[in-house]
Amino acid sequence: MQTSELYLLKKNMDAIKMLDEKARKIRKHVINMIFEAGSGHPGGSLSCVDILTALYFYTMRHNPMEPEWADRDRFILSKGHAAPALYAILAEAGYFPVKELLSLRKIGSMLQGHPDSDVSGVDVSSGSLGQGLSIASGLALAAKLDNKAYRVFALLGDGECDEGQVWEAAIFASHYKLNNLTAIVDRNGLQIDGPTEKIMCLEPIVEKWRAFGWHVSEIDGNKMTEIIGALNEAKITSGRPTVIIANTLKGKGVSFMEGINAFHGKTLSKEELKIALQELGGD
Amino acid sequence: MELKSTRDAYGDALIKLGDTNKNVVVLDADLSTSTQTNKFAKKYPNRFFNVGCAEQNLIGVAAGLAIGGKISFASTYAIFSTRAWEQIRNTVAHDNLNVKIAVSHAGLTNGPDGASHQSLEDIALMRVIPNMTVIVPSDAMEAEKAVTSEAYREGPTYIRLNRTKTPIIFEDDYEFTIGEAVKLADGNDLAIFATGTMVHEALEASKMLKTENIDACVINIHTIKPLDKDIIVKVAKQTGAVVSVEEHSIYGGLGGAIAEVLGEKYPVPMRIIGIKDVFGESGEYEELLKKHGLMAINIVKSAKELMGMKK
Repeated sequence: MQTSELYLLKKNMDAIKMLDEKARKIRKHVINMIFEAGSGHPGGSLSCVDILTALYFYTMRHNPMEPEWADRDRFILSKGHAAPALYAILAEAGYFPVKELLSLRKIGSMLQGHPDSDVSGVDVSSGSLGQGLSIASGLALAAKLDNKAYRVFALLGDGECDEGQVWEAAIFASHYKLNNLTAIVDRNGLQIDGPTEKIMCLEPIVEKWRAFGWHVSEIDGNKMTEIIGALNEAKITSGRPTVIIANTLKGKGVSFMEGINAFHGKTLSKEELKIALQELGGD
Repeated sequence: MELKSTRDAYGDALIKLGDTNKNVVVLDADLSTSTQTNKFAKKYPNRFFNVGCAEQNLIGVAAGLAIGGKISFASTYAIFSTRAWEQIRNTVAHDNLNVKIAVSHAGLTNGPDGASHQSLEDIALMRVIPNMTVIVPSDAMEAEKAVTSEAYREGPTYIRLNRTKTPIIFEDDYEFTIGEAVKLADGNDLAIFATGTMVHEALEASKMLKTENIDACVINIHTIKPLDKDIIVKVAKQTGAVVSVEEHSIYGGLGGAIAEVLGEKYPVPMRIIGIKDVFGESGEYEELLKKHGLMAINIVKSAKELMGMKK
C-alpha cells in the first residue's frame, strides 16, 4: 500500500468514527425526546439513525445557515414516524437549537409528531405512509427541468412498501430515468402488527425493485461503511434511480429494544430510560 | 348560441400559459386526450408528464414539482382525482403547495360512461380541506380566465371542468376575480345561486319566471371556496328567499355552503337543487339532467314554492 492510500484510509476511518459518534449522540436525543413527549415511535427512529447520519453528515450537500439554498440536496422522510430521528439530526446539524428537541409533540411546538415543513430543514410534511417517493420523484424531475445538480433522497419504511403508491412511484421514477433520485428502505423487518413477512410479505424485495428498473444495493443499514459505500454507488449510477435496501435492527443501540416490536410506538419507562442512556454511553 | 366545453378552454389556456411561463408543468394520468392536456403535451413535451393510470402518484409527483418551484397542473377525471383525496389533503393542501388540480368530466357530463365515471361528491370533498380553493367555471370563457388567473396565485386549487359543450355566457372582456361572485340578472323577489353548468339553466329560469311576474336575481358562484359570503347575505336580505342549483349532490356542495352562511347570518326560506343523494347512471347528458331535475323548469318550480313561503 502506498503512503497516499494509507493516508486516505486513515482519513476515512476518522470520518467513520466521527459519524458513529454522531449517531450515538442522535440516538440519545431520540430516547430523551420520546421519553419527554410521553409517546412516539422509538423502534423505527433508532433503526434509521445511521442512515440519516450518513446522509446529513457525509453525503448530502446542504447548509443549515442557508436552509433554502437552491442547490441543496433534498431529503424526504417518507416514514414520517421516525420524525424524532430527523429532528435530532437537524438540530445537531445546526438548523435549530438542540434544546428545542424536548418540545417534541407538545402543544405549540414546531416539532409536530410527524415531520412538518414549518421546521427549518424539512422540505415537505409527511407522516401518511406511501407518499414520499412520489414527491421525491417530482422534485427530481424539477431538478432535471432546471438543469440543477441537486440530488433527492427519500427514506421509506419496509412496512410502508405495502402501500400501492410506493410502486406507482417506483414504476414512474424508472420510466423517467431519475438517476438523481435515491430511495432507501429501512428494512427493519417489523411493522406495527408484527413481522413484515407475517403481516404482508415483501420478499423477494431486492428482486421486486430490480424488476421495476431500479439499481439496487443491499446493505447492513446500521453499518456506516456500507451505508456510505451504497450512497457513493448511487451517485455514479446512470440512467436509473437507486434503491438501497438497508437491513437494520428496530430499536438499534438499546439492547432491550433491539428487534422488539413492542417499541414500535411506545415510550420508555423511567427505569428503561436510565438503562438505555447508560448503554448508549458518552456524556 | 356558441357552445364550447370548459375542458377545451382549459387545454387552450394551458398552451398560452406554456408560452408565457416556463415554470408551468402539466401532468396527466392517461387521460390527456379527454382532459385536453394533450394540446400542451404536443407543444411542450418536456414539461408534460404522463404518470399512467396512477392518481395517487399523479398528486405526489405534482407536489414534488411544486416544491421544486414549478406550477403544477394535475389532470384526470374529477372522480378519479378524489381517489387521491388523502394525498391532496396531507401533502398538497397541508403544505399549501402550488398544485392546480384541474379535472374534467365532472357532474353528469360523462353521461354514457355511467356512475363510475361521473362525479357528484367532489365539491364537498374538496371544499372541506383547509387551504384548498374550489372553482367551478360556468362556461369556457370563465374557465380559461380562471385557469390563467390560478396559475399566478400561490397555493392549491381544485378546478372543476366538464366534458360536454355548453353555452358561452361571458364575453371576451370578462374579468374573473377569485372569490367574487358575479350577478348576472337583477331581481328582488328571490335569488338563484348557481354554479358551473347550472348558471345557464338559472338564467333561463329567471327569464321564465319573469313571464310570471317574478323577478329573480341570478348569481354565478364560480368560487365555492373562498365563498363570497357578503353577496350571499346581501342578496338574501334583499330578496328573502333563495334557491341554489348545482350539478352535484345536494349534500356538501354549493347549497350546503350557502346554507352554512345563511343559517348563521340571515336565515331565509331556501331550496337546494342538485342530485338527491343517489348515484348517476348511463344516459345522454341532457337525459340525465332531465331525470335528475336539473333543468330550468325545475328551478322555476322551486322558486314558485318559495314565493309562497316568503314572510
